[in-house]
Amino acid sequence: MSIVVDVLSGGVRGGTSILYAGVGETVSERAGVINLGTEGAMLAGALSAYMVASHTGNPWAGALAGAAAGGAISSVHAVLVVKRKANQFASGLAVLFLSLGLTSLFGSSYVGKTITPFTVWEVPLLGDLPFIGPILFQQDPLVYLSYLVVPLVWYVLFRTRAGLLVRTAGARSEALTVHGYSVARIRMGAVITGGFLAGLGGAHLSIAYTNSWFENMVAGRGFIAVALVIFASWSPLKVFGGAYLFGAALSLGPALQARGFEINQFALHVIPFVLTLVVLAVLGRRTISAAPAELKRVFENAPVDP
Amino acid sequence: MHHRTVKAALAATALAAVLALSACTAAGTATATPDASSAATEGAPGTGGSAVGFIMVGPRDDFGYNQAVYEAAQVVGESYPDLEILTAENVPEDDTAVATMEQMIDRGAKVIFATSYGHLDAATKVAAAHPDVVVVQQGNTIEGAPLANMGTYFGTVYEPMYLAGIAAGEATESNKLGYVYAFPIPQTIANINAFQRGAASVNPDVETVTVSTSSWCDPGAQKDAASSLLSQGVDVITQHQDCTKTVIDATEAAGAFTVGYHADASELAPQGWLTGAVWDWAPLYGQIVDNITAGEFVGGPFNANYRVGYKTGTNPFVLADFGTSVSEDTKAAIAEAQAWLGTEDGSPFVGPVLDQDGATVVPDGVIPTYDEVDGMNYFVDGVIGSLAN
Repeated sequence: MSIVVDVLSGGVRGGTSILYAGVGETVSERAGVINLGTEGAMLAGALSAYMVASHTGNPWAGALAGAAAGGAISSVHAVLVVKRKANQFASGLAVLFLSLGLTSLFGSSYVGKTITPFTVWEVPLLGDLPFIGPILFQQDPLVYLSYLVVPLVWYVLFRTRAGLLVRTAGARSEALTVHGYSVARIRMGAVITGGFLAGLGGAHLSIAYTNSWFENMVAGRGFIAVALVIFASWSPLKVFGGAYLFGAALSLGPALQARGFEINQFALHVIPFVLTLVVLAVLGRRTISAAPAELKRVFENAPVDP
Repeated sequence: MHHRTVKAALAATALAAVLALSACTAAGTATATPDASSAATEGAPGTGGSAVGFIMVGPRDDFGYNQAVYEAAQVVGESYPDLEILTAENVPEDDTAVATMEQMIDRGAKVIFATSYGHLDAATKVAAAHPDVVVVQQGNTIEGAPLANMGTYFGTVYEPMYLAGIAAGEATESNKLGYVYAFPIPQTIANINAFQRGAASVNPDVETVTVSTSSWCDPGAQKDAASSLLSQGVDVITQHQDCTKTVIDATEAAGAFTVGYHADASELAPQGWLTGAVWDWAPLYGQIVDNITAGEFVGGPFNANYRVGYKTGTNPFVLADFGTSVSEDTKAAIAEAQAWLGTEDGSPFVGPVLDQDGATVVPDGVIPTYDEVDGMNYFVDGVIGSLAN
């Protein structure tokens, strides 16, 4: 297999968990809530999916459980931030550590358990296309699901009334209050939806991609997803590009090493992170103007709701 | 609103108070029951105790390093019915470990196994503070002369990896073996080199392609590593990672062969399992406890950096059971090689050994000592990959 196809198909495979989490975080941030607990929602999703898949033998049931767990743990963040007006950064991190602790505790007996995972399913006809086929259409079902879910999230956010309410909660929440909507309820919904998607991302990691559960297996992908949202200037469709770029950077190292290129492993493994920093630095000024107004207030440490 | 907050705060305070009280009670009972026999006996360090302590850095059921320690500790308990076996899992490699060991001493332990590489500093502190207790540490090396009541011990894992390499060299059809590793530490480098040399001893055309993950356990990175190797035609994969399932799973799914590490994972790879290097600490732990309780520790073999291999005694690293695809001829060749490794002339690294550039690193006929192998900082001829310097 050519190295380009190898790296790009690895990018799609490895980027999908980040994609789900990034799109989920986009929904949350569009409503004005940043969720640093995304990493925790992915962990909860990864473990729950693994547990349910191992007990039921059905990976779809696992994926659903993973999404539900991601939503459930994010509801803790939603309550703390929206109802109790807690600091969003502190609350997100607290939820992450809560999830890390809970998943380590309840996950220990699932380490090394075998499950029926999602397997690669080649799309008829499309899978045979040169170049594009192996990259996009020789993947697992959760990858294909993301091809549908991400545009759907974009559509709901930008073309429906519900999406308008979410975006207004993040841009001018007073406008909602004036019209009699509950900002709190909309934000709660957005944060939990975001967690649901992050949980699905975690499920991809454990039951479609690696077919294993280990303590702290998300290994920072949730934080990358949060960074990606800025990079994608709060657009679900642009998260596609960012997630796949990051996934490709992750798979570049192994692909080069397996071909015998003599490269310093430590240099190789900082590539994805250097890439993130470069992108943020280059796009920083441009993207911040696209940030939801209420989110900017969070960054500037001003009270969200006076 | 304010009222509710106050109530919540009060509830939290009450809860904290209850927790603190119960913690005090627990600590009280622990210190109130020092063992009579430990106080009564005077003698050599490590004698007269009523318990043996084991501290582990990770969970006792990790299918790897820590589980091996835990299981061997239970075996020690069976052979010493008079000694209570105290185990503590998830003990960090900082002063928490000191506190954990102190508690074990309070409960009558005179022998403590500190089983993680990074537990050495804590172990040294405890040994210095308790001259009557022997602390032995697994895998690290004490610089200079050890305290009279301290030592380290480890096996030579590269010996079974050499034997596993023979199985891999016989099994491969593409003549490309894959090695997924975390970091280029000496132990890993020796394993990779021994694996390649074992394979090359039966298959001169074989090469070992290495991919590093820069993490002891990142399943995502491991999956990428395994996929890349498999896409390059590698048909036997082994690894040096703390968590091993992901790589084995990907290898088995691709119809390639697996050589295991840490633990027998043959049930994860019913088709492709060849063999692997796994732990069996129980015999060595037993020897160490025998030595200490007999009062012979000071100045003895374990009061040092004790390293054991097939040549010198009971290697705690053993070869796992063979998979169904391994032929009788291969098994015989491996048995022969194992016997040879136990002789004076046997070693995975008997010269001439060439490095990747073809330079001679071990001259013809020379056998490097265990210490020299411990310090390896080069890949041998036939290994594909570069070491980060």
